[in-house]
Amino acid sequence: MEVFSHDVLIVGGGGAGLRAAIAVAETDPNLSLAVVSKVYPMRSHTVSAEGGAAAVIKSEDSLDAHAYDTISGADWLCDQDAVEIFVKEAPPEMLQLEHWGCPWSRLPDGKIAVRPFGGMKIERTWFATDKTGFHMLHSLFQTTLKYDPIQRYDEFFVTKLLVDDERCQGVVAIELSSGKIVTILAKSVILATGGCGKVFPFTTNANIKNGDGMALAYRAGVPLKDMEFVQYHPTGLPFTGILITEATRSEGGWLLNKDGYRYLQDYDLGTPQPQPVLRSMELGPRDRLSQAFVKEQEKGRTLKGPYGDYVHLDIRHLGEQKIDEKLPFVRELCLKYVNLDPVHEMIPVRPVAHYMMGGVHTDIHAATPLAGLFAAGEAACVSINGANRLGSNSLTELLVFGARAGKSAAQFAMEKKAKEHAPAVLAQAQDEESRLHERFLDKTGGKERVAALRSEMHKTTEECAGIYRNGSDLDKGAENVRRLQGRFGEVSLDDRSHTFNTELTAALELSYMLDVAEAILYSARARTESRGSHQRTDHPERDDVKFLAHTLVYQRPNDAPRIEYLPVTITRWPPGKRVYGK
Amino acid sequence: MTDTITLAIARYRPEREAEPTLQEYEVPFRQDWAILDALNYIKDQLDGTLSFRWSCRMGVCGSCGMMVNGQPTLTCAAFLSSYLPGPIRVEALRFFPIVRDLVVDITDFMNKLKKVKPWIIREEEKPLSEGEYLQTPNELDRYKHHSMCINCLLCYAACPVVGLEPSFIGPAAIALAQRYNMDSRDQGAAERLSILSGDEGMWQCTFVGECTEVCPKGVDPAGAIQQYKLTGATHWLKSLLLPWASK
Amino acid sequence: MSSQPHYTAYHPKWYRRPVSVWWWLERWPYTKFVLRELTSLPVGYFALLTLWQVRALVEGEAAYQRFLARLESPAFLMLNIICFGGIMFHALTWFHLTPKAMVVRISGKRLPDAFIIFLNYVGWIGLSAGIVLIWMRG
Repeated sequence: MEVFSHDVLIVGGGGAGLRAAIAVAETDPNLSLAVVSKVYPMRSHTVSAEGGAAAVIKSEDSLDAHAYDTISGADWLCDQDAVEIFVKEAPPEMLQLEHWGCPWSRLPDGKIAVRPFGGMKIERTWFATDKTGFHMLHSLFQTTLKYDPIQRYDEFFVTKLLVDDERCQGVVAIELSSGKIVTILAKSVILATGGCGKVFPFTTNANIKNGDGMALAYRAGVPLKDMEFVQYHPTGLPFTGILITEATRSEGGWLLNKDGYRYLQDYDLGTPQPQPVLRSMELGPRDRLSQAFVKEQEKGRTLKGPYGDYVHLDIRHLGEQKIDEKLPFVRELCLKYVNLDPVHEMIPVRPVAHYMMGGVHTDIHAATPLAGLFAAGEAACVSINGANRLGSNSLTELLVFGARAGKSAAQFAMEKKAKEHAPAVLAQAQDEESRLHERFLDKTGGKERVAALRSEMHKTTEECAGIYRNGSDLDKGAENVRRLQGRFGEVSLDDRSHTFNTELTAALELSYMLDVAEAILYSARARTESRGSHQRTDHPERDDVKFLAHTLVYQRPNDAPRIEYLPVTITRWPPGKRVYGK
Repeated sequence: MTDTITLAIARYRPEREAEPTLQEYEVPFRQDWAILDALNYIKDQLDGTLSFRWSCRMGVCGSCGMMVNGQPTLTCAAFLSSYLPGPIRVEALRFFPIVRDLVVDITDFMNKLKKVKPWIIREEEKPLSEGEYLQTPNELDRYKHHSMCINCLLCYAACPVVGLEPSFIGPAAIALAQRYNMDSRDQGAAERLSILSGDEGMWQCTFVGECTEVCPKGVDPAGAIQQYKLTGATHWLKSLLLPWASK
Repeated sequence: MSSQPHYTAYHPKWYRRPVSVWWWLERWPYTKFVLRELTSLPVGYFALLTLWQVRALVEGEAAYQRFLARLESPAFLMLNIICFGGIMFHALTWFHLTPKAMVVRISGKRLPDAFIIFLNYVGWIGLSAGIVLIWMRG
C-alpha cells in the first residue's frame, strides 16, 4: 500500500481547512503540509453561504456587544472564554481576508460596508453582495495557490483515522480517480470536514455534508459535543431546500402567514415596524423563528403546498434596484428554482436543517482530547455557538478557528521529532484496506441498498429529531438508527469498479451519517430540557441547574453511546433571559 | 401529459470497455426536476453504477457541468421540462479526458489556474492595523463580474481552441487573471501580462465567443480576454515606441 | 460493440474524445465563427482591387476606362457581389463584437453594449452618407 508522510495533514478543503493551511504555511514554511479533500476545494460547501460574516467594525460597536449577542443567541450554552477570543480575533482575520483580495461590498467612500443580521444589536456583518461564502472560499483558495508548501490531495476520500500510542498518526484514504487505497501519515491532523446536514431530508446543505470528520473522530474515541443542537434556517425553499439568505430579512423582508400577517409578533419577538429593527421580529434568532413557524403550522395558519407547508417571505417592498444591488443571487435562485420573480411575488419558504452547532469536542486551541488531532469550522464544537448560532458568526468562525487550528497543529508537529512509524499503524491501515474490500468492493450476498437505507434514516431524523422533539419519539428514533446500523452491514453495491466509484463513497457517507444520527438522537434523548434549538414538548423549560453543560457523547462498539456532561465556561456574562424585540 | 422521459447517457467503464457507449434510462417526468434530479433517480433506483459529480444543487459549486444534447450545461440548473419530449443525451464535458461515465479529469485546468497567479500581488502589504484597502463601489464594479466564476469549466467545453490546442490556458483562467488585474488593490498586472502574452496565453484566443455564451454566471471571459488583448497590444506598442519608460 | 479495454488495476485509461477536422460544422456558432474568419479573404481581395484601381488611375484615363470595363464582366460582377456580401458579414459581426473589447464607462457606469453597437452603425452610415455626398457633388 502506498504510504505518504507529512508533518501536518488537513482533512477538508473548505474555508476552515484552507485558512488552517495558510496558517501552517505561515507559522513554518518548512513543515510538510498537505490538504486532503474528497472534492476539489472550490466545491466545498463554504461556497454556498450567502449572507455575510460578522466582525466588529463600527465605532459604536464593541467586542463585548458582539460577545453578548453571541452568548445570548446561544442561550448561554457557549464557552465564554472561547467567545471572547472569537470576537477579538474576528476583525483582524476579516481584514486579513480583505487584504487577500476578498471583494467585500463597500460604502461610497471605499470602506467596508456592514449589514444588520439576526440576533445582533448593531450592524457588524461584512458581506460580498449575497454570495459571501463563495467569495470567501474562492479568495482563500486562490490565496493558497501562492504558498508552495501547501500540497493537495484532491478527490481523496478519507475512511479512517489512524490512532496509535494515544496519538492520531494519520489517515487512510481512497484516491477516487483510481480506487487506490493509500495511507497518509502525519504528526498532526486537522479535521475541517464541515457539518452533517444530509442526515436530514430537507436541508440547505450540499450532498457532500455527511459529517465525515465527526464520524471519523467519533470512531477514534473522541467525544462529539452538543450534537442535539441542529439549526433550522427559517427560510429555505420548499422541495429543494435551497437557502434564501437571512440577508433578505436584514434588508427589510417580512415573514407572512397565509393571512398576510407578520406572525412573528405573536411570539415575543417585538412589534412590527416598517423598517427592520435589530434583534426584533424578522431579525430575531433563527431558532425562535423556526419554532414560530411550527407553532403557526399547528394553528393552521401556514400555506399548504405540494411539498409541505410554507409561509411567505415578502421583499417586494424593497424595490427592484435594491434587490439587484444587495440580493441578486436570491433573485436568480427564485427565478430559476421556483419560477417567480421576488420583485413582484412573495417567496415560499419553510425552515430547513442548516447547521450543526455540535461537533468534535475541541478546546480554545482547536485541540481535541486525542493528542495530535485538531478540528475547526462546522465540524468542530469549541463551543462558540452553544444552543443556537447567530447568522454570520460561522463564516468568521472558519477564519478564527481555522487559523488557530493551523497554528496549534503546526506547533504540535514542530515539537515532535520525526520517527519511524510503528508497524502497528501500518497494520491498522492494511486492516482498513481489507475492510473496504470485504465489506464493499468484493462483498458477496447482502440485500440492502444504500438509497433505501438513506431514505429510512431521513424518515427517522425528520420525525424524531425535528424542531420540536419529545422523549418517546427520541427513544424510537434512537432505536431506529441502531437497527439501520445493523442493516447497513448487509448493504450491497451495484458498482464494484475501482474507478471513481461514487456508490462506494455514498455507502461510506451513509455509514458516517448513521453514526452522526446516533450521536444526535442519544444526545437529544439525554437532554431533558429545552434550550435554544433543542426544544422538547415534554420538558419545555430551560434547566440551568442540571443542563448548563455540554453533552459529550462517546461511541461504544455494539452498544448505546455513553453520555457525559461538561460544564459550560462562564466568564463575565451570568446566565440570563434571552430578550428579543425590546 | 408526459409520465416519463428518456435519458441517453454516455457510459464509460475503463475496466470493461475502451470507449464510451450510450445507455438509455427511463425516468419519471416531474415538472420541478432538474437533469441532476433525474441522474440521482437513476443512481438510486435504476443503476447504482452511474458515476457523476454533484454537490450544492444550486448552481454555485460548479461540480455538475456536463454536455446535454451537445451543449455544455450545469445539470442542476437545467430542467427536464425544457427538453421535452426527449430523449435527452447526457455526456461528459467536452475537451476533457473522461475518467469514468460523466466524470472528467480537470488536473490540467487546476495547473493552468495556478499559472496565472490568481492572488493579490503587492509590492508592499499594508499592515492590518491600518485597516482595509479602500475600494469604492465603482472600483469594485469594474472586476466584480469576472470574480463570479465558479470554475464549472463549461467555457472550456465550449471553446474550440481548448479542444484543438491543449496548451491554451483557457477562458476561465484568463478571466480570473483579469479579475485580479482590474482589482484596484492589486499591483501584479505586469507579472501576469508577461505570463499571458506568451504562447499559451491570450493570443491563442480567436474570439469565437462561445465561452461567454455558455457561462452560467455572467463572467464574460470573452470580454475579459479581448480587453486584455487591447491592454497587451497597447503595452507592447508603448514598449516599442518608448522603450525607456519601463512602467 | 466496444473494443477491448486497456485496464490495469488502479490505472484506469482516460478516454480522450478525438476532435474531428470538421469540428466547425458541429454547431452553428462555430460555423458562423469560421465564416467570419474566412471573410478576411474578401477583405484582402478588396484591398488588392483598390490597389489595382489606384494603379489604373495613376496610369491615365485610358487605363482607368479599361479597368472599369473589366469590372463589368459577369465573372467580376459575381465575384464582387459575393465578396461584398462577405465584407458586410465581416463588418456587421465585428460591430456586434466591439462592446466586448471596448468597455466605455461614464461616471462609473458601463455604457450598455447596444449603445456601442449603435454608435458603430451611426459611424458607418454617417461616413457612407458623407462619401456619397462628396461623390454626388463631384
